[in-house]
Amino acid sequence: MHEMSLCEGIRSVIEDQARHHEIQQVKRVRVEVGRFAGVEKPALEFAFDVVMRGSVAEGATLEMIELPGKAMCYDCVKEVEILDRLDPCPDCGGGKLMPVGGDELRIKDLEVV
Amino acid sequence: MCTVCGCGTSSVEGQSHHHDHDHHHDHHHGHDHHHDHHHHSHGDIHFGQGAAGVAVPGMSQERLIEIETGILAKNDRYAAANRGVLGYLETFAINLVSSPGSGKTTLLCKTIDALGAQPLAVIEGDQQTANDADRIRTTGARAIQVNTGKGCHLDAHMVGHAMEHLDLAKGSMLFIENVGNLVCPAGFDLGEDCKVAILSVTEGEDKPLKYPDMFTASRLAILNKVDLAPYCDVDLDLYEENLRRVNPKIEILRVSARTGEGMQAWLGWLKSNLAQKSKTVAAE
Repeated sequence: MHEMSLCEGIRSVIEDQARHHEIQQVKRVRVEVGRFAGVEKPALEFAFDVVMRGSVAEGATLEMIELPGKAMCYDCVKEVEILDRLDPCPDCGGGKLMPVGGDELRIKDLEVV
Repeated sequence: MCTVCGCGTSSVEGQSHHHDHDHHHDHHHGHDHHHDHHHHSHGDIHFGQGAAGVAVPGMSQERLIEIETGILAKNDRYAAANRGVLGYLETFAINLVSSPGSGKTTLLCKTIDALGAQPLAVIEGDQQTANDADRIRTTGARAIQVNTGKGCHLDAHMVGHAMEHLDLAKGSMLFIENVGNLVCPAGFDLGEDCKVAILSVTEGEDKPLKYPDMFTASRLAILNKVDLAPYCDVDLDLYEENLRRVNPKIEILRVSARTGEGMQAWLGWLKSNLAQKSKTVAAE
């Protein structure tokens, strides 16, 4: 999608935190990424290294925690977990699924010095 | 960076001075806002020049800081501010999203003509040129071009700036024509009431399956250029089936901006949503 922009968002959050918490260096950044967040993990990793240069998070490790994709099945009216956006309902096989979770893009925590 | 975007430089038409800060941001938060964009002589605002500095006082103990913050939180705050302004103005704002060449600008021009005296304004997003805003202005409507530079989408901060220059009247319709792109604009809330996806029949029935996020995020899909359907060997029902597969709640209208087919339904949809917005705002 636009992993470079997302990393700019991460950097901006980290810089805000750095000011508030007197952070010298960020060692590790843990982000939660939903399956439907539209994020390509290798692209995010690549962009992360590039965008963090010159910041307190330069050289930090990026750890991605994947959150499951959840959808409401309009056939059996149940909330189900699916792996791919176009998967059928694992319960009834129906094809009308509306995503209700899995679009998360959140910085969980920072390990800092 | 002033925005979460980071996609590069962008500019908003209609500014003619370098200023310190004469516009007002309705921030509901305490972060400091680096205004490192510049208003140039042609009236453009350029985003993304310079970087935020970081002060790093001493501290040597390793620790974990819980953040639990959305990566797009900054954009979402700007979007919330835009939404507040739009609510106050009882203005119904739609974010028009599509591939390049789906006929967004033509549809908009015809829509503006047909809406007559309805107060409205247009924000045009493109990487380069003011061509689209110029086209809109020939209809007599108020339009402002936002050039995103290398950016692939509009963000809420750019739209907030553009809104400041539009003098929106109460009860307006605001059309935000996003950058032609079926991927990135899906992820950026601009503060709009809803997204409307435009899909032209020449693009292929499987577009919703190939780019599901955009159609999932949209309230309405306009199947445009239906006058061309007989020449394109396409199945309009299959378009609708695929749209509903990725978004069972989506509303669909078949339209030809060129012949006028389906335009009445589209205008009716706009008017009823504007009326609904006024009612909702009044009730709050």
